[in-house]
Amino acid sequence: MAEAGGSAQRVQDTVDAVYRSESRRVLATLIRLLGDFDLAEEAMQEAFAAAVRQWPRDGVPANPRAWLVSAGRFKAIDAIRRRARFDASVARLEQELEAAYGPDSGDAARDGSGVEDDRLRLIFLCCHPALAADAQVALTLREVCGLTTEEIARAFLTTASTLAQRIVRAKAKIRDERIPYEVPAREELADRLDSVLRVIYLVFNEGYSASSGASVTRSSLSEEAIRLARLLIELLPEPEAIGLLALMVLHESRRAARVDPDGEIVLLADQDRSLWNRDQIAEGVRLVEEALGSRRFGPYSLQAAIAALHADAASPAATDWEQIVGLYDVLARVDPSPVVELNRAVAVAMRDGPAAGLVLVEEIIGRGELSDYHLAHAVRADLYCRLGRREEAAEAYARALSLALQEPERRFLMQRLKELE
Amino acid sequence: MKYLCLAYGDQSKMEALSSTDMKAIGRECEPHMKELQGSGHLLSDQGLTWEVTSIRPKDGKVSVTDGPFVETKEHVGGVFFIEARDLNEAIRIASMHPAAHVGEHLGWGIEVRPVAVMDPK
Repeated sequence: MAEAGGSAQRVQDTVDAVYRSESRRVLATLIRLLGDFDLAEEAMQEAFAAAVRQWPRDGVPANPRAWLVSAGRFKAIDAIRRRARFDASVARLEQELEAAYGPDSGDAARDGSGVEDDRLRLIFLCCHPALAADAQVALTLREVCGLTTEEIARAFLTTASTLAQRIVRAKAKIRDERIPYEVPAREELADRLDSVLRVIYLVFNEGYSASSGASVTRSSLSEEAIRLARLLIELLPEPEAIGLLALMVLHESRRAARVDPDGEIVLLADQDRSLWNRDQIAEGVRLVEEALGSRRFGPYSLQAAIAALHADAASPAATDWEQIVGLYDVLARVDPSPVVELNRAVAVAMRDGPAAGLVLVEEIIGRGELSDYHLAHAVRADLYCRLGRREEAAEAYARALSLALQEPERRFLMQRLKELE
Repeated sequence: MKYLCLAYGDQSKMEALSSTDMKAIGRECEPHMKELQGSGHLLSDQGLTWEVTSIRPKDGKVSVTDGPFVETKEHVGGVFFIEARDLNEAIRIASMHPAAHVGEHLGWGIEVRPVAVMDPK
């Protein structure tokens, strides 16, 4: 008996392991087969419940994923039959399912082909441009990454109820507007990939932006974003996806150095570079080279190339500012924005001195585009400081402080102000 | 995670129903109830009577009164517990309950409340 109990535990452990490694793939395939998010989720849960009952008795199948997909499909047909008694639209779905995936029809899921495409379909569906940005993020984290609603809510400092509604509405929209479950065609791919990359970068930044309190949960969001980018590249090795992964890995390499033991921000120039993670830098640089080598790179690859130059430098002074300015020039052409111009101005200040940078920053703010952006005023303040114009520097820091919302940033600016008094 | 679900209804409207209407509604509820029971996620399910007694401390003593704390039209008529991976799964399962489909004119509805998990720290 003790031995039987032990083997039951082993099977339970196997089911748990299979859940962790396969549940997202099984879900992705069931969504395709069933054409409905909720039904697929229900079918998957039932399939795993069936595995817990049957595998101790019959043994673990040779291909657990195919077994689960098949079990899930039968469970779904059962559920549809139960529901068909009071819901006519479900009755129609049952007929469609039987016709398309009846017992005699070939089943791609059985031999595993097309399964990786299903995961890619799921990513593109969750990041579909018809969905609101916050819904894309929530849906991707829950359905692709397997996070719970409660975990996502905690990471985004919102309530589980708010987040749950966002997911419910997004799924209803997918159903009502019949958003297709497919990998976009070549002519659409660039735009649709943009939307996926934006979601991944948003998740990363949410975990990377310095914040107190929930900092642990938040760094796990960055890890999740990196995992997601790795999965995307495995499925679709597009240069910009590789560039984004490079950018995130290079940012991540500096995590230990960018906050001091008291949780205060440490600027790039002041960071202890011995704390930078060399393995991550090596990986980031390798990825940047791969992305740039494709000649089809875009803004993420360019930002990653800039980050790689910083990572490569032994000190701020030893940084190749000439090349960084050059990369910002290209970035400003590929993806023009005032923030890119501001970053370029900082690089120019490092290359040609603070006065040259200040002319550019004043010009950008003068156009009114970044006049309410706290970092623009913080940059201006820093350049005034370096020129010894303390009064103007204090004025600019005060302006930056009045616009900054994040607590660590506010503390940083207050400290600078105090040093000037 | 465990979730407590409270099924609400308008007491006066429900008490005013004829027995024929009651039976018709019961028939409407049946397939939904079966579905919820067949989900494998339902831990327990109980219907309640309308009788309410409230107990609270008052002047250092236990005070007992008739009726609920708050006078509202909708009262809890049923409670059920479900086991779910997260709130979205709990919502999906609770949505199988009759009070999510039937009884719109009777003020039916469901509140889903996560059961608090004590932090071991």
